[in-house]
Amino acid sequence: MSAEKSENLSWIDKRFPLTETWKAHLSEYYAPKNLNFWSFFGSLAILTLVIQIVSGIWLAMSYKPSAADAFASVEYIMRDVEWGWLIRYIHSTGASAFFIVIYLHMFRALLWGSYRKPRELLWIIGVVIYLAMMATAFFGYLLPWGQMSYWGAQVIVNLFAAVPVIGDDLSVWVRGDYVISDATLNRFFAFHFLLPFVLAALVFLHIVALHHVGSNNPDGIEIKEGPKGNRWSDKAPADGIPFHPYYTVKDTVGVVVFLALLSAVIFFAPTFGGLFLEAPNFQPANPFQTPEHIAPVWYFTPYYAMLRAVPPMYGSQFPGVVVMFGAILILFALPWLDRSKVKSMRYKGPISKTMTGLFAVSFVILAWLGMQPADPFLTLLAQIFTSIYFAYFLLMPIYTSIDKTKPVPERVTS
Amino acid sequence: MRKLIIAILVLLLPTVGFASGGHEELDKAAIDLTDQASLQRGAKYFVNYCMGCHSLKHMRYSRMAEDLGIDDKSLRDNLLFGNAQPTSMMTNSMRPADGETWFGTAVPDLTLVTRWRSPDWVYTYLRSFYADPARPYGVNNLIFPLVGMPHVLGDLQGLQEPVMETHGEGHEATVTGVVLTQPGSLTPEEYDNMVRDITAFLTYAGEPIKLERRRLGVYVLLFLGLFFIVAYALKKEYWKDIH
Repeated sequence: MSAEKSENLSWIDKRFPLTETWKAHLSEYYAPKNLNFWSFFGSLAILTLVIQIVSGIWLAMSYKPSAADAFASVEYIMRDVEWGWLIRYIHSTGASAFFIVIYLHMFRALLWGSYRKPRELLWIIGVVIYLAMMATAFFGYLLPWGQMSYWGAQVIVNLFAAVPVIGDDLSVWVRGDYVISDATLNRFFAFHFLLPFVLAALVFLHIVALHHVGSNNPDGIEIKEGPKGNRWSDKAPADGIPFHPYYTVKDTVGVVVFLALLSAVIFFAPTFGGLFLEAPNFQPANPFQTPEHIAPVWYFTPYYAMLRAVPPMYGSQFPGVVVMFGAILILFALPWLDRSKVKSMRYKGPISKTMTGLFAVSFVILAWLGMQPADPFLTLLAQIFTSIYFAYFLLMPIYTSIDKTKPVPERVTS
Repeated sequence: MRKLIIAILVLLLPTVGFASGGHEELDKAAIDLTDQASLQRGAKYFVNYCMGCHSLKHMRYSRMAEDLGIDDKSLRDNLLFGNAQPTSMMTNSMRPADGETWFGTAVPDLTLVTRWRSPDWVYTYLRSFYADPARPYGVNNLIFPLVGMPHVLGDLQGLQEPVMETHGEGHEATVTGVVLTQPGSLTPEEYDNMVRDITAFLTYAGEPIKLERRRLGVYVLLFLGLFFIVAYALKKEYWKDIH
């Protein structure tokens, strides 16, 4: 039996590097043995992408991307399609879950210094993934064709109109019309279907880059530079353990907990108090009736709060748009902003720890502010927290070089 | 690290308080979706009083009958009008343009009204009409000012007069409540129960799968709980020699 199998396998291996790939990326990929809670989110992000693609394709089988039919087709899925309600709630909850997972995954990178040399490109590919994900979410949010879908898209596309000189033409080009319309919905559907596959390709590159440089760990120590030789191989890093089976079984535990949390929302609170499915979106899009209060979905609200925090200059919202996009694009520069001698937050000094804490708090508070109706006091708060958000990045070269650091151990700690 | 997480959580606490900021006070509908009799009465009231103008165009008669335990004969005898078939959607013959002519606005479909408003809103709305001679149909609504529709259930509820209050000098008086001045054919308690039944029915129509979804969720979580025990034991077994 096993002889026959290996014969088959060797037939394949002569034509496709199956065993070699399995070894290089799973059974003989040596990951640091001290990975903790924070490292669950990489594999969970892949799982969520797969969940979104699979549930999305099944939704697309019954969804109609036209202004006349879109809203009704979503209700048709919720009521008449077998298990349609479950597929739809998986997809709508999965979108929010994807962002939660990715935000925690990115925060992990900040804690462990995973953007530092030699992982700059790994980080940059990750930021591109984040951008592609935001674009996918933005296109997808229009598809239910509810009031918030419609007016949210209207607000965001109008941001392009704030670009000097070419703005108006640019926004018409994006919409394919002078207002959000059937043409816009149809093209957003096309992009929403396409982009997840681009995402999958980017994730592939992300993993290629990761496995080339090796996984970081809570200590921020390069296990490849440490002593060699472990139970499995003389050449492997002493602090490394094979990804399979050790991290596959460990990640399975993470997956089960994640699926339990996801299911709890899907089955017991699919709207999540209006955060995951906003109440006004249960009203069909009406181009003639602007809702009292337009707020994007929670995962975009930190940036929306920043947009509103910046006062218009010369009657143009453009400065706010620049700040908003700057808040995302500044992530690309991160590998070169951190001048600390150490990678991990464990060995960084009090200033770095404080700044990272303030940054995380600012992001969450900005997310909350972005959901609130405009109000002078809240705008002031948004201005303060936007400043902290940017200070975290812009002052990083200074505070990381003057901050006291702790000595980094030779080997990973458990 | 743990300190950092705790510090973040402590700093976030005040935002929880912020987030719970209130809107206008709504009465609690206190509906019970497992009470089929209530849902059946709600369906009867809706079809007889509301559906002339308000459709439930995403709801199918047969699905409603099945979920609410209404047999085919009762459905055909009491709830189907005109040439509606059990498999038809619960539409009516009101055109959007008619609504604009008669009420100043197209009459909204109510399939999802409890989802974009809330059950409490619907319940409160139906109890908050008051006499206002300045309006075309002689009524206004406490939580939907300048509402276009007449008080269809007015004969049942009776007539409510507004309670006016002035806050501070120079401010105009605002309506802060309603008081029943002329009793209708139902007692206030009977009327509240009727409105509660309608609200329950509309809440059912907003998401027919709701009860089934919760029922299934229990099994899904039980399964994942068992899966967790297995997965955790497996992890422990593999990792026992990693130090």
